[in-house]
Amino acid sequence: MRGYLPPYLAKAASVLPLLPLELVARRLLANAMAVRPTFALRLGEHAGRTFAIDPVDCPFVFLITPEESRASIRVVRDLSAAAYDARIAAPLVVLLGMIDGTYDGDALFFSRDLVIEGDTGAVLALRNAIENAELDPSLVLGLPKNIHGPFNRATDMALNRLRRTLDAPEPSGPKAYSS
Amino acid sequence: MMARSPSSIPELVCPAGTPAGLRTAVDAGAHSVYCGFRDETNARNFPGLNFDRAEMREGIAYAHERGVKVLVAVNTFMRAGAVDLWKRGVDDAVAAGADALILADVALVAYARETYPKQRLHLSVQAAAATPEAIAFYRDRFGIARVVLPRVLTVEEIARLTATAAPCETEVFVFGGLCVMAEGRCMLSSYATGKSPNMTGVCSPPSHVEYREENGALVASVGGFTVERFARGEPAGYPTLCKGRFQVNAAALHLFEDPVSLNAVELLPRLADIGVAAFKIEGRQRGRAYVSTVVRAFRRAVDAIATSGRIDVTELRALTEGQAETTGSYKKAWR
Repeated sequence: MRGYLPPYLAKAASVLPLLPLELVARRLLANAMAVRPTFALRLGEHAGRTFAIDPVDCPFVFLITPEESRASIRVVRDLSAAAYDARIAAPLVVLLGMIDGTYDGDALFFSRDLVIEGDTGAVLALRNAIENAELDPSLVLGLPKNIHGPFNRATDMALNRLRRTLDAPEPSGPKAYSS
Repeated sequence: MMARSPSSIPELVCPAGTPAGLRTAVDAGAHSVYCGFRDETNARNFPGLNFDRAEMREGIAYAHERGVKVLVAVNTFMRAGAVDLWKRGVDDAVAAGADALILADVALVAYARETYPKQRLHLSVQAAAATPEAIAFYRDRFGIARVVLPRVLTVEEIARLTATAAPCETEVFVFGGLCVMAEGRCMLSSYATGKSPNMTGVCSPPSHVEYREENGALVASVGGFTVERFARGEPAGYPTLCKGRFQVNAAALHLFEDPVSLNAVELLPRLADIGVAAFKIEGRQRGRAYVSTVVRAFRRAVDAIATSGRIDVTELRALTEGQAETTGSYKKAWR
């Protein structure tokens, strides 16, 4: 896998309490579900499954359960005591790039920059639902529409710079480094 | 080579697994987009993919507003006792304004032709029509306007078929996942899982796929059969039986097919020369980043045919299965 955050960041984050992170994550997920209320429909029979989204370079894991027009989220230190149906693991900047369409999930899998475990059908359904949701940073943050364009461009630039610094996989599509 | 008029440039047929994928393909320069309904009537019936009826209507409207055609695949084989599902697929695709239907089952072809005499029909690769006689049958009996050729033919064979098929057009795959079988005749997935691309629309259905890590190696199994063990850092491929690596005489070999992707970009001028009407990009199961990158690159390559220009598409390597490319049967360079 490529694109790990520096270990000192993980070490520093490991002493922080999880509750504030969980509250922020809950807010962002609620924003996303509000703008894409049919998200869970695309999951079909896999709605209601619990996905462990594991940024392998961070000292926490997200447990997300999308169901109908809402989704629940928990943040845990590790998965040893957690119940989940599938695990999706990659460095944080790679996972973020899968949400906003920067990366193709199959390509990450081919290059071994992404690990999936558990219910493969559920993982595929989630990947395809996220692809179709066309989420971008301003939607997830719930920003006013009139600043979406400039904010997303600035965020893309910052994330691309970070990905380069961390030697993460090169993005393709409209968010390729050259574009 | 003489420069061509734009009207003689082959159509670039691009994949869309979701409404967002369709918009991406259209915006990236597709001449036409192919997609299917969210059920077992199309050969990419994977979880979370495909279109409901409203999404299909909206997707077709989006494409038509931008001068792009939409080809709707209803290209699995009908199941006895449930044929209405497939007929409804044809009815709804026509009602949604599909520019062509991509069909495989001969009885469904007959239904579509009898019910919609003016509807343009294409023959899916799933029908495995690979002889002049088979193509002539579909052309003369049902007015099939285009046949998608299996990926097991050489360029010379495609040239001869294209010449004899006229006025029926030919369409060939130029990029993406490679199926070494004569499509429509592969039983490997059925053997391992009870489900097949030809009947239920899924090859190696994800519900039957399992991945696990063993000492840094990625082990993939399908229907309980271990098909691959990728060493740490080794590029991975799809977990299909045909691309599995098996022990043969004490050596681990890809017995049927290597995990590589087709890339026929270098053959586009030759394929255009022999009269191929359309170039197809595989990958309805892929994400927007793949669709955007591949469609843009191939649109540049197709446009370059008109000016006899060359184009670099090395950017596509990272998107390929096993991170490797081949011209497949088109050159038949192997043993």
